[in-house]
Amino acid sequence: MKSERSSDSAFRTLLVLGGIAVSVLLIAIFFSLLLSSRSAIVANGYRFLTGSTWDPVIDKFQSLPFVIGTLLTSLVALVIATVLSLALAVLMGEYFRSGPFASVMRTAVELLAGIPSVVYGFIGLFFFVPAVRVLQTALGAPPYGVGIFTSALLLAFMILPYSASIGREIISLVPADLKEAALSLGATPSETIWKITLPYARSGILGGVLLSLGRALGETMAVTMVIGNSNSLTLNILGPGNTMASVIANEFSEASSNVYLGSLIEIALLLFVISTLINIAGKIVVNRMAAA
Amino acid sequence: MKLSRIAVMALVLCAAAALGFGQSIELVGAGATFPAPFYTKLFDEYNKQFGVKVNYQAIGSGGGQTQLKNKTVDFGASDVVVTDENAKSFPMPFLSIPMVAGSVVITYNLPGSPELKLTPDVVSGIFLGTITRWNDAKIVALNPSAKLPNTAMTVVHRSDGSGTTAVFSDYLAKVSADWKTKVGVGQSLNWPVGVGGKGNPGVAGLVKQLPGGVGYVELIYALQNNMPYAQLKNKSGNFITASLASTTEAANVTIPSDVTKVNLTDSEAANGYPISTFTWLLVYADQNYDNRPKEKVEAMMKLIWWMTHDGQQYAEALSYAKLPKAVVVKAEAVIHAVTYGGTPVLK
Repeated sequence: MKSERSSDSAFRTLLVLGGIAVSVLLIAIFFSLLLSSRSAIVANGYRFLTGSTWDPVIDKFQSLPFVIGTLLTSLVALVIATVLSLALAVLMGEYFRSGPFASVMRTAVELLAGIPSVVYGFIGLFFFVPAVRVLQTALGAPPYGVGIFTSALLLAFMILPYSASIGREIISLVPADLKEAALSLGATPSETIWKITLPYARSGILGGVLLSLGRALGETMAVTMVIGNSNSLTLNILGPGNTMASVIANEFSEASSNVYLGSLIEIALLLFVISTLINIAGKIVVNRMAAA
Repeated sequence: MKLSRIAVMALVLCAAAALGFGQSIELVGAGATFPAPFYTKLFDEYNKQFGVKVNYQAIGSGGGQTQLKNKTVDFGASDVVVTDENAKSFPMPFLSIPMVAGSVVITYNLPGSPELKLTPDVVSGIFLGTITRWNDAKIVALNPSAKLPNTAMTVVHRSDGSGTTAVFSDYLAKVSADWKTKVGVGQSLNWPVGVGGKGNPGVAGLVKQLPGGVGYVELIYALQNNMPYAQLKNKSGNFITASLASTTEAANVTIPSDVTKVNLTDSEAANGYPISTFTWLLVYADQNYDNRPKEKVEAMMKLIWWMTHDGQQYAEALSYAKLPKAVVVKAEAVIHAVTYGGTPVLK
């Protein structure tokens, strides 16, 4: 009896330590970023956030083009991924809940999550870039092929597995008696989905989408391969741009001066803050929806 | 009991390894990616012949400088000459030794891949964004027989910081006052136009994919990918095709006694290709620091001597241009200047 209780408390201590370690790690990352970039923060001033010139030759570092590029790619990706993942989630959670087709679909979606991002980058380079070039030519835009829209499209497929899997789980958790009640009152299956299942599951689905947003914000390799890496400020989603993660990956290894290195770390700090803010905002939205 | 015995044995083994019971010397270097295939080949050959292991990490020229600054490597490697300002941030004086030469070419994607001749004026115009179409009057005048389509140019540059960009921008700053004031020289630039690709393969890939694309890559990548590259008009007014010979030829100028000040871009040599450069190894001038054993230092300096002499025979097979004889002589002087506690390492 006694030894059982002591092993139980040891297990508990282990869990608590693990939990503390993770939180400490997060805080430590924040402070180490802050510490390494403090000289750059002083040197760059507030213009780091509002200016649009990134010129390592004259040590002028302003991050707005990268912030805009990150938000644009992530948001466009989110819109595309939400539509696609909703369709997948309903299909897997409502129409094909079991059977061989269902398990093939589920495995396929889960496998999508396991593909390394550099492979996504190559798929983007060889299939999405030519496809977007056709679109750009049709719209009369410069036919770069690479650009913000191309990376958003690629990101949408990369985050799809996360939001679709969570969406499927949530949808299959919707109580059967609710749906049966709707059907018995004469609602068609599609009416049941739109009026009962989706409203019931919406906070969970949105939660899944927001979780995947984290990956979109920080995705580096695949994005840098197809975004065009142009550091000028742009809102044109068909043109080339750059993201925060991508500029860090590109320039970190050759950043020779201290201000330059510090400025790249300052971008990492900013990305950390933006991710945190978006996460908090997402939690608030999800909680409100769940309460409503 | 058993466990503690194993622990003691492990400890003894670790101590033995730390004290160097094996007696084998291992050197660590880091830096430029451009000469990495050449260095890898050389270090492999040297290890076979002399039993000295070298671990080289191709992390980029900037990284190589930083690692040497932090004294985490025995030698650094860089495609660019360390600027005077940056040299101040090193803890001790260091020396740069030229190893091999390379060149940067302008490659393009045009139907039928016509051979093109370009002048410095046109090249700077393209990369400044003042020349935007392939049938621009200036290009047509230089290439009357080439079929030049009325397509827009898409400039492709490096997205990552790179010695290649440093050499290319150094050339442009020499031939164009506009470039010098508006963009300047560096491993990463604030590009006026174009899209960025990561690494030489990234730029080569984008140029190949984009109709009307134009970019700069190291000669070896253009050769490997079968991409066309333009002849460039050099300072003497001759149109030169980039090749190993014309790269070595670019160094056929009066070499100053301080070989680290040699800059081959826009070379005065009549038959030299104008966007050529050396790549360098960096070592501290006095090697007696951090308790470095003298044997290790001697092994390193012998290796560097070998690289600038016997090692040169492996350059051309790997598409690198050999050091000209005049430069080897100057490099010897630099190698002799490396000391250990005040006395020269190699006599």
